Amino acid sequence: RPEPNRKSLEGAESPYCPATFHNLQELRHSASLANKVFIQRDYSEGTTCRFQTKFPSELDSRIERTLFEDTVKTLNNYYAEAEKIGGQSYLEGCLACTTAYIIFLCMETRYEKVLKKIGRYIQEQNEKIYAPRGLLITDPIERGMRVIEISIYEDRASSGSSSGSSSTSGTSAR
Amino acid sequence: MLHLGVAEPMRDCEYSQISTRSSTPMETPFKKRTPKRRKWQAFPGRNKFYCDGRIMMARQTGVFYLTLVLILVTSGLFFSFDCPFLSVKLTPAIPVIGGVLFVFVLGTLFRTSFSDPGVLPRATPDEAADLEKQITNCSSSGYRPPPRTKEVVINGQTVKLKYCFTCKIFRPPRASHCSLCDNCVDRFDHHCPWVGNCVGKRNYRFFYLFILSLSFLTIFIFAFVITHVILRSHQEGFLSALKNSPASVLEVVVCFFSVWSIVGLSGFHTYLISSNQTTNEDIKGSWSSKRGKDNYNPYSYGNIFTNCCAALCGPLPPSLINRRGFVESDTSQPTPPTNGITMYGSTQSQSHMAAATPLMQTETVILTNEGSLPGRTSLGGPCSGALPLGGQPTPPTSNPNLSSDSDMLPLRKDHIDGLHHHHTDGGHHPFLTPEEAPSPPGMLPCGSPVGHSHTVQGFYNPASQDSLHEDSVRGLVKLSSV
Repeated sequence: RPEPNRKSLEGAESPYCPATFHNLQELRHSASLANKVFIQRDYSEGTTCRFQTKFPSELDSRIERTLFEDTVKTLNNYYAEAEKIGGQSYLEGCLACTTAYIIFLCMETRYEKVLKKIGRYIQEQNEKIYAPRGLLITDPIERGMRVIEISIYEDRASSGSSSGSSSTSGTSAR
Repeated sequence: MLHLGVAEPMRDCEYSQISTRSSTPMETPFKKRTPKRRKWQAFPGRNKFYCDGRIMMARQTGVFYLTLVLILVTSGLFFSFDCPFLSVKLTPAIPVIGGVLFVFVLGTLFRTSFSDPGVLPRATPDEAADLEKQITNCSSSGYRPPPRTKEVVINGQTVKLKYCFTCKIFRPPRASHCSLCDNCVDRFDHHCPWVGNCVGKRNYRFFYLFILSLSFLTIFIFAFVITHVILRSHQEGFLSALKNSPASVLEVVVCFFSVWSIVGLSGFHTYLISSNQTTNEDIKGSWSSKRGKDNYNPYSYGNIFTNCCAALCGPLPPSLINRRGFVESDTSQPTPPTNGITMYGSTQSQSHMAAATPLMQTETVILTNEGSLPGRTSLGGPCSGALPLGGQPTPPTSNPNLSSDSDMLPLRKDHIDGLHHHHTDGGHHPFLTPEEAPSPPGMLPCGSPVGHSHTVQGFYNPASQDSLHEDSVRGLVKLSSV
């Protein structure tokens, strides 16, 4: 998985990586927030948490469509896993009820466990895929599970950059 | 002067305003005394918080105390006066079962009343702006107000999503705005004054278990008090039996009047659960077949058993409002990770949010301030290591050393002011401003944190921010070392 990224970054050949940065710190120092894209919820399957996989036009020049769709689909799968109603969730619910929910003082609910997994996944995606392209994903839990907020950063250090056209990337490998 | 500043945080603020040597590092130890504000203190809804944000209730809690008193008094009388007789005459299992029911009733009552019903946090300014843009783009003509509804098809049924003007979001399906609490609540059932809280997605099962167990308790007490009186009157005669246990009369009266309403309510909610509807939907007749032949409930799982299991034993979603997280506009915190990093205080994503949030607030200013300067050293001496987080939206020349956190404060204040406007426009009842929010006594000396620290931030920030930014930058560097 990391290979394709590294190739495109090291070679600086792909259209997404005109400049290179040594680390995220450089990116933050010289990048400024240009725009934010909000991926809204997809309610077509009811009230379960799902996000639209439609590729927003603002990200067109920033990231490959497949990578983005992969991220959103994986997130959707995680949320489906968290909210799944089946044997395990019933067991947890009944156990909690019989212990008057005191058990949750010691144990984490399955939902919380999955949320932690999601947090780690988003962090990993940011490090590996999004930050090198000057993007940053915000965990939906911080936006009330309403949107996936993707911040688009613009490279200010690159000379003569016109708004929206320059993109940044960085090698996240050492 | 500095000694006096130590005594009272309030004085600190005043002195630092006057002092022009405000950017010296010496000021910083005193500013650290400014207490951190937790999110619940800045919560825009009309809720009351207790135990430092752990307990969340509606504004009017009088009826809740009445409920509590009724339950405690009736049960207390039952255990003290009727149980001794019954446990001897019949079986000691009676007080035991009664005790279990009583504990269960109280437990579920507290859980319903004190937990977050599923409040949806209000939209961040960026989100709201983005939605507005989308809405105005969609509106076809100039002279017609843009549509504030969205239609989605859920399981073949068309559902309209309404835009909430207070929270600036499109409400998810089944969510509704509670006017008493001034919040949008997910899967809103109703606002129950008896439990002093809204009943929504997160506490519906506790509410149901509460009324169910309370029905059992009421019937239990009613039945056994009557048994007690009957058994006694076999021994002593009816009138003397009543005279010897006067409490029984009170209990019978209370139980008699409660039974009808509570058992009725339990039955009603059992029906709602089995058909997977909310009280809101049932009252409006959203899914009733009277509306149309093809009208059906898209959320129902098809059979009663699954619906019940899903409602009662399904996964419990987490609270979306982080009540006990810290509002990052309080920059005087010695703990770097919580400061200036996340908007909503989630501890998981601190490091990767570090970059996003400080910059988020200063987007407009960076373009004007730092345009000509290289990113690293834009803020001069004290901030040399800090992230380039421009000044306030006010003239850049006045205080270029201001950090992001001071930016957040005016922005947050504006956000709250914007909300204020919304409320007053609607001619609403007075609401809970952040200043009025109940706070532990320790917080009060700081007065109105929003107003004061607004100007405080600007002066002392650079030095303390330096170390904070170093830490957050270090966090980012760690991130990048993949």
